[in-house]
Amino acid sequence: MKIGVLLKEVADTESLIEIAPDGKSIIADRIQWVINPYDEIALEEALRLRESLCGPTATASPEACRAVEVVIVTAGLVHAQETMRRALAMGADRGLRIDVEGLLPDPFFTATLLAAACRREGFDIVFAGKISTDAGWGQVHIGVAEMLSLPHVSPVEKFECDPAFKEAVCTRAAGAGVKEMIRVRLPALIGCEKSLNQPRYVSLPGILKAKSKPIAETNASELGVEVKSAMSIERLAPPPERRRGRMIAGRPRDAARELVRLLREEAKVI
Amino acid sequence: MMILVVAESEGGALKRHSAELIGKAASLVAPGGEVAAFVAGASGDALTRELGRAGADTVFAANASGNDARSGQALAQPLCAAVARFAPDCVLGSSTPFGADLLVRASMRLGVGMASDCTGISVEGEKVLFERPVYGGAAIAAVRLLSSPAFASVRPNSFSIPPAFDKLPAVSVVETVDAQGVRIERVEESEPGMVDLAEADRIVAAGRGIRNAENFGMIRDLARALGATVGASRAAVDEGWISHDHQVGQSGRAVSPALYIACGISGSIQHMSGMRSSKVVVAINSDPEAPIFSRVDYGIAGDMFEVVPALEEFIREMRRK
Ligand SMILES: Cc1cc2nc3c(=O)[nH]c(=O)nc-3n(C[C@H](O)[C@H](O)[C@H](O)COP(=O)(O)OP(=O)(O)OC[C@H]3O[C@@H](n4cnc5c(N)ncnc54)[C@H](O)[C@@H]3O)c2cc1C
Repeated sequence: MKIGVLLKEVADTESLIEIAPDGKSIIADRIQWVINPYDEIALEEALRLRESLCGPTATASPEACRAVEVVIVTAGLVHAQETMRRALAMGADRGLRIDVEGLLPDPFFTATLLAAACRREGFDIVFAGKISTDAGWGQVHIGVAEMLSLPHVSPVEKFECDPAFKEAVCTRAAGAGVKEMIRVRLPALIGCEKSLNQPRYVSLPGILKAKSKPIAETNASELGVEVKSAMSIERLAPPPERRRGRMIAGRPRDAARELVRLLREEAKVI
Repeated sequence: MMILVVAESEGGALKRHSAELIGKAASLVAPGGEVAAFVAGASGDALTRELGRAGADTVFAANASGNDARSGQALAQPLCAAVARFAPDCVLGSSTPFGADLLVRASMRLGVGMASDCTGISVEGEKVLFERPVYGGAAIAAVRLLSSPAFASVRPNSFSIPPAFDKLPAVSVVETVDAQGVRIERVEESEPGMVDLAEADRIVAAGRGIRNAENFGMIRDLARALGATVGASRAAVDEGWISHDHQVGQSGRAVSPALYIACGISGSIQHMSGMRSSKVVVAINSDPEAPIFSRVDYGIAGDMFEVVPALEEFIREMRRK
């Protein structure tokens, strides 16, 4: 049983985002890199699935258990190795990094690379975050499923797999307090939502163990992927500044009355 | 220019965000261009008329029934068929879970690029530029797609709806295939009547300052008086006071209502990133130094337990007049 996890490193949301002089990219110097928070949830779900198959209470034979592994796949720059180490410390067995040095972060192209790597690995199931918190395309994982002709469900907030590993039942929010219960045949790709689980902390033994876990390297030409871009970023600009608005003084009731008046007469939104 | 819009409907009525997109498409193609709408399931006469009023010249109806009409995967093939027949320059849809499934699947199948979760579309000379927030709203990227047709999903409430058009679209049926491997078995409404945050025109949200689940009653009351949807910060969701469906922010929903009222929310980067594109923002916070006050249109430094009930009272009073 091979469980794949698509993992991306992203700028920590607390990092200062500064636009580079080219007006198309950001200054990466002072960025703190972290595992995309949704991918951390994907990894946690993969680890839980492995534990349910081969944990203390599971029934799989020792031989079967040796074949169960959680593999993280990243399309990233060299420094992504550090975030991959953290994922290995959480409990993943090994990593595969597809080098994207000099290539544009294009979701179509990234999905092509990841799909090629996943095809080579032959995963029985792939977990991914529903979106990344930096570029926020929300396309890559669905694209990988499409290119591998796998079914997918995203964003998943509840995941249950049958013991024979033939299919899973997922719950996803389809908007407006509406939930869809979806039965999906495996292999499949699962896009993970924040409420799915609470990722575990990295333990010290985990960190020590991670040091000896392998991270393999590959690239587009080795994967037989032709480099082409489907889009270009024409410019990057700071968002329109929200001006500091007006503080409404006075006792609570008076302030509330004044606010209602302003919303009606000045802002015209009620 | 030709634009194909993936339109969503519920109970036979066109979704507001779809009407918005069709209206925007109509303004982009004019003059001489054409707008088509792609709908799933039997498109009744009433829906066809609604699509015409929104600005559609043609309707492609995918012949899907039951839950297949909710499945982006089942509809990718018929959408590709509609693209082949209509040959659009752009394919637009809403950034809903359904829209994401369908547009991403179809664009990848056609091998073309897609800009997701856009908040603006503009035409500069020959180029169509899609604006989208990145890095949690810390920057706005203008994206140009190099392949055709250009696919894009758009955040609800990004455009206003133009006056009704006087069109009656011709309907053309496209066939559907099975959603190979995925079956939506059951659809459940966990909170009947809840308006989706992403589509909401007004939102009243509460954070850790609300202290417990019961106190959300006060927020719900104010929301009801305003015709608003209830939102929450991650702190309130993590405490278990309200479900994750209500969370606004980077790991919750991105919203762009006309009015956002934040009660007992400090204004963290991650919360603000989800509500940045709101038009008018109000904050009520007992701490006059709360960071949120630097990014609001109106602020009240005060105890929400006093301010919120008073607000409700005056709004009801105003409505009665
Ligand atoms: C990766 C990541 C993703 C995240 N995603 C999100 C997200 O999607 N959404 C989100 O909201 N957060 C998110 N967060 C969490 C975020 O950093 C903050 O912790 C959170 O937003 C704080 O919520 P809050 O403002 O309700 O609580 P607090 O920061 O604790 O603020 C509570 C506020 O209530 C005020 N208050 C207290 N009592 C009263 C009263 N009686 N009347 C009026 N005001 C009162 C206080 O003055 C204070 O300002 C994320 C964090 C990380 C690291």
